[in-house]
Amino acid sequence: MEGWKVLLVDDEKEFVSTLAERLRLRGIQADETGSGEEALRLIALTAPQVVVLDVMMPGMGGLEVLQRVKSTYPNIEVILLTGIGSTKDGMEGMRLGAFDFLMKPLQIEELIEKIKAAIEKAAGGNA
Amino acid sequence: MDLKESVRKIVGGLLEIPEEGTSPERYRILRRNITVLMLLITIIPLVLMAAINYYQYQTALKDEIVAPLRVLVNKSKHSFELFLAGRLSTINFIASAYTYEELANEKNLSRIFRVLKKEIEGIVDVGLIDSDGKQVSYAGPYELKGKNYSDQGWFEQVKVAGVYISDVFMGYRRFPHIVMAVRHFSESGDWWIVRVTIDTARFDDLIASMGLDPKSDAFLINREGICQTGSRFYCKILDKCPISVPPLSYEPNVVRIKDSQGQDVLMTYAYFNRGDFILMLLKPSGEVLRAWYTLKSELLLVFLVSIAIIVLVVLRLTGLLVDRMKQSDDRRELALREIEHSHKLSSIGRLAAGVAHEVNNPLAIINEKAGLMKDLVEFAQDFGDKEVFLAPIRSIIQSVERCRAITHRLLGFARRMDVEIEILDVNELIKEVLGFLEKEALYRNIKIGLYLAHDLPRLASDRGQLQQVFLNILNNAFAAVQDGGTVSVTTWEKDIDTLGITFQDNGQGMSEETLRHVFEPFFTTKKGHGTGLGLSITYGIVKRLGGDIEVQSRPAKGTRFTVFLPKKIKEGSGN
Repeated sequence: MEGWKVLLVDDEKEFVSTLAERLRLRGIQADETGSGEEALRLIALTAPQVVVLDVMMPGMGGLEVLQRVKSTYPNIEVILLTGIGSTKDGMEGMRLGAFDFLMKPLQIEELIEKIKAAIEKAAGGNA
Repeated sequence: MDLKESVRKIVGGLLEIPEEGTSPERYRILRRNITVLMLLITIIPLVLMAAINYYQYQTALKDEIVAPLRVLVNKSKHSFELFLAGRLSTINFIASAYTYEELANEKNLSRIFRVLKKEIEGIVDVGLIDSDGKQVSYAGPYELKGKNYSDQGWFEQVKVAGVYISDVFMGYRRFPHIVMAVRHFSESGDWWIVRVTIDTARFDDLIASMGLDPKSDAFLINREGICQTGSRFYCKILDKCPISVPPLSYEPNVVRIKDSQGQDVLMTYAYFNRGDFILMLLKPSGEVLRAWYTLKSELLLVFLVSIAIIVLVVLRLTGLLVDRMKQSDDRRELALREIEHSHKLSSIGRLAAGVAHEVNNPLAIINEKAGLMKDLVEFAQDFGDKEVFLAPIRSIIQSVERCRAITHRLLGFARRMDVEIEILDVNELIKEVLGFLEKEALYRNIKIGLYLAHDLPRLASDRGQLQQVFLNILNNAFAAVQDGGTVSVTTWEKDIDTLGITFQDNGQGMSEETLRHVFEPFFTTKKGHGTGLGLSITYGIVKRLGGDIEVQSRPAKGTRFTVFLPKKIKEGSGN
């Protein structure tokens, strides 16, 4: 997990900061932000390997951020976070090129596994 | 005023129809009011018409029946009067044509008597009486010469009136007869009386000539009510007649009386213009009015039968009408309830979805915070009593997990309200639905045949709604088959765009009539239970999903439902 660089995007500050801290505890370099616009700025600055992105956000929604990220940085993998039961959003996200989607509340182990898979995929793509 | 009030109240009560509610009381009142109203407006005119007819027939028939009686009595009365007048004029002739001296001569009188006897029937004797009342001469079978009549009533009468006709009497002649006496004045002013006795056997002939039927009776009485001729039923001659003397009428009069035997009779009578006689004709009214009675009973029969028919029809019609009303009321009620129910469900669904979404974010935060605490405890190297912290943290995480399950379920419920398309394996879905019915199949020993196409293409459709469609059809199939029956499901690819799913049972089947209504809302053959909505909902769903549904059935053979589903729902065919 050393050297992983992840950006967490969610409008729920408490959620996203706690999640980021937990990832950092595990040695992952995790940045966080509360809006889609900010996320795009941060991606340009820090170039994370994986973006964990909430679908339902005020302002720029998760799916739009996803599209922009994918069009600019096809190598960055995006994992979507959806509300419970909103498989439809998840499926749509997959169609738009998301790596996978997870339902909130999530389990940290599951998230780490997905991030790992995404990073491996990105590495494979690079190689 | 009171009567008016109460009539208005009753009529108002009849026209008042309870508006709302489906209570049995309402239909009872409705049924009663309609029945009474219909009976009133049909039976009142009928009764009126029957009464008018009755009255008119009665008048017409009575006239027709009574007229011949009058004619008969009038004719007979004339015959009697003619008879008496003829005798009287003969006596007058004798009294006028001969002088006192000629008549006083026995020889002359005997000769006259012989001629009279020969020419005129019923002459018994003839005598001459002088103004002192002494019988001057006599011709006849008895020795009456020299008898003095001056103290007798009739002598006085003839002196006053000039003419006298006696009642019938027996006298010493021992047969019924009447006496006729005429006074004659000579030119010199002397007067004498010619007195003739006439046998009344001739009266009986006259009565016989009336040609009466055996149940009728005709006779003469005098004004004292003494029978002047024999009567068939009522009295012997010269007895007191048991029927009281009718009021005076020279014209034939018909009255209805009870006779001495209590029999209802029509009595026709007429007083004679000359002489104290009354001609009586009695006929049992039953006999006379038989035609009327027949007509009356026919009238009554028609009336009663009509009333019976009216009552039957009214009762039946009202029953039908009220039942129909009740049915449609029930249906409306059910439809309203159904709509209300679905409204309730959809608002509950929306509420549930809202709650689930709202609760989800804080839940995620709790989850992460608890997770962070757990991480901190676990990662810390020098943390004493780790378990004391970890146990409650795990409990928090488990509770979050439970909440997640609850919100998930809530959302699942909410989602059923809308068409939600996903990629489905129809065969899997069929198996899933049959899973619900496994227990019943086992219990009732129903064989389930599965003929599922192996390479059936997947389908984009709504899982929940298709589940409901299959479940409805299979439920009906299970209801139709006997224990030990067979239900089979076949899936097949109809064409490039369409899948077919066929459900076949060997149950009781449906009649053509039932088949025609099978998809109509509120049509049900499950008396008592069943809303009649199952198949109409099924139909609605299949149509909404862009598919089609067909049904074939034969009574006692079984039913086959075939559902056609498009592989992809076309644009605009959704809800």
